[in-house]
Amino acid sequence: MVLRYLLPLGVFAAVAVALGVSLTMDPRIIPSALKGKPVPEFALAAVQGRHLGLSSDNLRESAVTVVNVFASWCGPCRIEHPLIMKLRDSGITVHGINYKDRPENAAEWLDNFGDPYLRTGADLDGRVSIDWGVYGVPETYVIDGHGLIIEKHVGPLMPDDINEKILPAIARAKR
Amino acid sequence: MIGEIGHYALILALMLALVQGTLPLVGAVRGIGPWIAVARPAAVGQFVFIALAFTMLMAGYIVSDFSIENVALNSHTAKPLLYKISGVWGNHEGSLVLWVLILAIFGAAVALFGANLPPTLRARVLAVQGLVGVGFLLFTIGTSNPFARLDPAPAQGQGLNPLLQDPGLAFHPPFLYLGYVGFSMAFAFAIAALIEGRVDPAWARWVRPWTLAAWCSLTIGVALGSWWAYYELGWGGWWFWDPVENASFMPWLAGTALLHSATVVEKRDALKSWTILLAILTFSLSLLGTFLVRSGVLTSVHAFATDPERGVFILAFLIVVIGGSLVLYAWRAPSLKGGGLFAPISREGGLILNNLLLTTACATVLLGTLYPLFLDVLSGGEAKVSVGPPYFNGTFVPIMLPLVLAAAIGPLLPWKRADLLGTLGRLQFVFGAVLICGLVAWYIAEDGPVLAFFGLALAAWLFVGSLFEVSERTKLGRVALGESWRRARGQPRATYGMTVAHIGLACTIFGVVASTSWESEKLQVMRPGETMTIAGYTLRFEGMRDLRGPNYDAVRGTFEVTRDGAPIATLFPEVRTFTDPPMQTTEAAIRPTLTADLYAAVGDPDGTGGWATRIYHKPFVHWIWFGAVIMTFGGLISLTDRRLRIGVPTRRRRARPALKPAAA
Amino acid sequence: MRRALIALVVLSALSLAPPSFALAVDEPLPDPVLEARARTIHKILRCLVCQNQSIEDSNADLARDLRHIVRERLLEGDSDAEATQYVVDRYGDWVLLRPPFKATTYALWIGPFALLAVAAAGIVVFLRRRLVIAAPKPLDEKEHERLRRVLEESEAR
Repeated sequence: MVLRYLLPLGVFAAVAVALGVSLTMDPRIIPSALKGKPVPEFALAAVQGRHLGLSSDNLRESAVTVVNVFASWCGPCRIEHPLIMKLRDSGITVHGINYKDRPENAAEWLDNFGDPYLRTGADLDGRVSIDWGVYGVPETYVIDGHGLIIEKHVGPLMPDDINEKILPAIARAKR
Repeated sequence: MIGEIGHYALILALMLALVQGTLPLVGAVRGIGPWIAVARPAAVGQFVFIALAFTMLMAGYIVSDFSIENVALNSHTAKPLLYKISGVWGNHEGSLVLWVLILAIFGAAVALFGANLPPTLRARVLAVQGLVGVGFLLFTIGTSNPFARLDPAPAQGQGLNPLLQDPGLAFHPPFLYLGYVGFSMAFAFAIAALIEGRVDPAWARWVRPWTLAAWCSLTIGVALGSWWAYYELGWGGWWFWDPVENASFMPWLAGTALLHSATVVEKRDALKSWTILLAILTFSLSLLGTFLVRSGVLTSVHAFATDPERGVFILAFLIVVIGGSLVLYAWRAPSLKGGGLFAPISREGGLILNNLLLTTACATVLLGTLYPLFLDVLSGGEAKVSVGPPYFNGTFVPIMLPLVLAAAIGPLLPWKRADLLGTLGRLQFVFGAVLICGLVAWYIAEDGPVLAFFGLALAAWLFVGSLFEVSERTKLGRVALGESWRRARGQPRATYGMTVAHIGLACTIFGVVASTSWESEKLQVMRPGETMTIAGYTLRFEGMRDLRGPNYDAVRGTFEVTRDGAPIATLFPEVRTFTDPPMQTTEAAIRPTLTADLYAAVGDPDGTGGWATRIYHKPFVHWIWFGAVIMTFGGLISLTDRRLRIGVPTRRRRARPALKPAAA
Repeated sequence: MRRALIALVVLSALSLAPPSFALAVDEPLPDPVLEARARTIHKILRCLVCQNQSIEDSNADLARDLRHIVRERLLEGDSDAEATQYVVDRYGDWVLLRPPFKATTYALWIGPFALLAVAAAGIVVFLRRRLVIAAPKPLDEKEHERLRRVLEESEAR
């Protein structure tokens, strides 16, 4: 049966296709385990120099919000910063979680580069971020009006990510 | 100047490879003698030019010629000479030059030492080898040119990953590449055989030395990598089922199966199309490994800086080479008619069992390695799983167990038809010896998981069984000692190679079982002056000292080791901080002996004068790598077997005495 | 390509982070039984910012934090499964080095043994077929007759 001799080729073809597709994907981006689930319960004091702290209650106040995890020692955070400012300027509420930072460094960073965050939470030991499933900075979450996490982006935001991921997620949440 | 010569040499090598890959193939089909003859000089010439390019690259590293971009990115004037040299292959581009160099070495070796091969077969083999070389040279020159220049040349290089500045790791890639690149020769032989439409015992004999040489190198290469991980990576592990480790292990499993199935082709003219397929698959796994390491589709500690663009090229190459060879296989293999018949219970049957288990084990490792990728692709990035050691240990080990059992029985079975019960009966003596070993182990160890004792019994079974097979062959104890000795001297070397290799495997299994099951591990925070005990040893922590190395700062701890009050040794574990690039490594202090290793590592300070410490006692762990060395030695013994040097029978014109007719 | 580059930058950014307020130095739990359980769990949880290591084997900050969290959960009375699930709830199945046995991984766990069974069956079929082909057909009438005559002739000589 000649068919049996074609089996190795068939298996290889399937493998090759999978390998080809995988070249377009990134093995290090892990999907969020909390998509569609409520934000974890937490309450954080504001970053030094600011007055509004961040808690899970704030995220259930019926508005769609964006939560951005950042740190002063994080280079890519600096790169995405102007885009976060633009998001805020376009009318979207953005909150910030400051991950494992010295208070004075975070304060200086926000003072120098601009503070796009309505509320900030200083996560000094990173524990709250672990509850969010954070494994690197920066990360950005979209939260709907009921406090459910509907989208997560790992890594610095690029214009494409804003247009293709964040804005559509916000639009979905508003419906 | 160095860079220019090297670059030019690579391009010339590519030209020669193109010639080598085309003319002899056409010549063999059309019977054009000069074209067939081109293969040998082309192969040698290709080797000469690639060797020149490699030498130029190495020269660039040695003199720290930072106008060569590769040297500037991966070297540093402060690096010791040995690591400047090993830095040549410690990066993607340089390692590719090593790849094509070894490809060319094997080609030149067949050209120069393959006089026993029929000319057309040799021409086809070299042509296939040349075509593979064309692909890799194109890849190197086109996307990963090691001789790219920097103008102006920087004053200092950007150093090398400090983890790679290590003697064990310096030699690990060359052996590894000799191994899995060397399997390209088995592949070339298989393709040549498919083109010729003929696989016969002579073919199996001709392909064997090259396969054996590659297998021996790969065994050492994998063992070196494992040993290096043990003493370098901080926590005493020696195998992590990391994708890149698996990428080198799979060709080893397939290559081992190939060595066994080629025996059936050679001795019994059977299992031909399966052996051809296996030869293709072994090298395909090597190529797949190259793809996995360099394309970035899987995360791994070992991966080079990855670039999906390179991945596309390698994938295209994979599709052409593997796809093409499997098409050729589907087309030509059905016409390979099998020869010798055999009963299911026979030496052939045993070897089929060997192949079944090894190939399934290899497929299991492949499945586990690629599964995260498949799932990621099929789910569009939404479902991701990790496949780590628990999976592989749970699947690979159960599949290999029956193989080890069979390895002691198989060599005792005759060809064609065997009496299994009778053979098992003869093995009573071995059963008995194994039982005694088990009881002795139980007495010494006093305690341990039941499975561990089974593991030890398995290792003993293989060890004693292999020796028993030799005694059976030489009829030891059943005839006069002198007669046994005469028989022993008359045995073909390959049988001793088999015995030694199986014994090596038994040693490795023993090391694995003993060190995993009876390992002691103690984790604690220690202050200077405190002591701890492990496995009868007492370790006294004397404190930490700062010191400076050639390109790092370190803190070094001192442990005084005593046993029953008598001083045994002093251990000096370190934590090293490198500046260029910034990195921290843990250097464990190991005291290896034949029966166990004492292993000490220090971690972080707790801020109040105490230090986190890890102390291990690992029984017989070095037997894992001794076993691998013994296995390699067995392979080398087989390589010297006389029958591998027998050439093509030539017609002899010689008057032969007339045969007398039989008496009526 | 860009995403890969960015991810690389992200991870390199994390690895340069100063351990300003790390959760705790790796002190083992005072209860050796609990500590042994913690270590077993550490060995099956994957370090998210390393390349293919468990949190037990990694020096990364996040790995250390997760080790601390596992120890904490055990101190609070969680079972091994509960403590593991605590981390999985936050990071998903990917963080388990031992893939779970669910719909997405049936093929993974069953595959090797299914393959072994199928291959073994294939070999049995192959061997049987060869023996059938090899067995000669029994002689028919005419061939019997010929055989008898040849035997008689040779006996006569």
